Amino acid sequence: MNVFSVQDVSYSYGSKKALDNVTIELEAGRFCALLGPNGAGKSTLFSLLTHLFVTREGQIRIAGYDLAKEPRKALARLGVVFQQPTLDLDMSVAWNLSYFAALQGLSGSGVAKRIDAVLDRLDMRERAGEKVRALNGGHRRRMEIARALIHEPEVLLLDEPTVGLDAASRTAITGYAHDLADNGLLVFWATHLVDEIRPADDVVVLHRGRVLAHETAEALAGAGRLVDAFTSLTASLPREEGAAA
Amino acid sequence: MTAYLVALRAIVMREAWRFINQRSRFLSALVRPMVWLVVFAAGFRAALGLSIIPPYQTYITYEVYIVPGLCGMIQLFNAMQSSLSLVYDREMGSMRLLLTSPLPRSWLLFCKLLAGTAVSILQVYVFLLLAALFGIKMPAAGYIYVFPALIASGLMLGALGLLISSTIRQLENFAGVMNFVIFPMFFLSSALYPLWKMQESSKLLRDICAVNPFTHGVELIRFALYEQMNPQALLWVSVAFVICMLGALWGYDPARTMLRR
Repeated sequence: MNVFSVQDVSYSYGSKKALDNVTIELEAGRFCALLGPNGAGKSTLFSLLTHLFVTREGQIRIAGYDLAKEPRKALARLGVVFQQPTLDLDMSVAWNLSYFAALQGLSGSGVAKRIDAVLDRLDMRERAGEKVRALNGGHRRRMEIARALIHEPEVLLLDEPTVGLDAASRTAITGYAHDLADNGLLVFWATHLVDEIRPADDVVVLHRGRVLAHETAEALAGAGRLVDAFTSLTASLPREEGAAA
Repeated sequence: MTAYLVALRAIVMREAWRFINQRSRFLSALVRPMVWLVVFAAGFRAALGLSIIPPYQTYITYEVYIVPGLCGMIQLFNAMQSSLSLVYDREMGSMRLLLTSPLPRSWLLFCKLLAGTAVSILQVYVFLLLAALFGIKMPAAGYIYVFPALIASGLMLGALGLLISSTIRQLENFAGVMNFVIFPMFFLSSALYPLWKMQESSKLLRDICAVNPFTHGVELIRFALYEQMNPQALLWVSVAFVICMLGALWGYDPARTMLRR
């Protein structure tokens, strides 16, 4: 069974349709890029996937749980990195991680070990007591990804996680997310930057609320470059002015 | 420990830690009622004569009269400050962490509410201590009796703050809350003048004061400080709490449009 399933999902802001019959099925252990220009509906889809919004049209299943019927079970299997930073800058690195774990209802020595493991993986064990404010943007982002994994989810959602980072940090974070997918996690990564995508990755092209293509980056690019394929796909449908983001 | 208590502890600890670390907020939370008590009350003492009304058994000075009202004011400001920080958290994104937790949203919002109430009670006790140092003392047991009253009024005002935060979309709109919530609630209540005194000037104003839930929060605190129970006030406070809490839960329901920006 697919670990991530979005079926016939539509969503409107008033009369403006932000998502139109979106269907995406994904398996575990994949890196899937949700590629779309600004205003394609990526953020709306993320809000629906994280249960910040709900819709009556269509069905979303995470790890087999229907998000509308069993939201708590579905959310427990979901790790999320939002586009906006959600760290408390004045709290220490370790406190941010344990606070998040507590919001998941987790505590005790098991969690402490997981937090230590997360910090080790980031090479940040010795900075655990520092305030997040002291970290640079790249470290903060990596920390947010690590935090999203504390409760060992099956699906990791990232909404344009490299926005505002320098090239080195971007490469590091993109590589880290690909490693996670190689280790069996489903990584669903929203972006508008094609250079973050590797040839074997899944690519879902979203434009004006509709899925225009869903195949591997290699297949989508064909003999040419992915960026050209993407441009020609989205250019055939001119962007609607004022489309909801 | 159950998942629910783990979350509660983490949220309360975070709020308390944030409050203690924001020294200016801590200071202003104390300076504000002290200014009222020391300056305003001193000026008004001469202008306002108070007769003996329950729970007082003797003539009291104006400073003594307004202490419970100032306790209520501390909780009112604190609730609005929490509400403001919720709107801020939502704009900045950290609210999403709370809203995407697998624990029930209603429980997490209630934890936020309890955390804010705990912080406000801390402030009230520090204020009562300072007032005592200025010679305005309550009966000894009153300091204990007032604790449950402060929980009740704190929860009611916190729930009101939560409700307001669920309806406000942008931080900029918050200035309106000052003008349209804090000031009317505070001035149209029994915090600064007893209701019978208000009646002398306007029957309508008195009636508005009498239905203002803040009046009943203040009266609950006032009676408790004098070791007495005010069942009518408790009933009003409880009803107001339930209404505001249900409204807030409705506002934070993902099926509603209020969170959309």
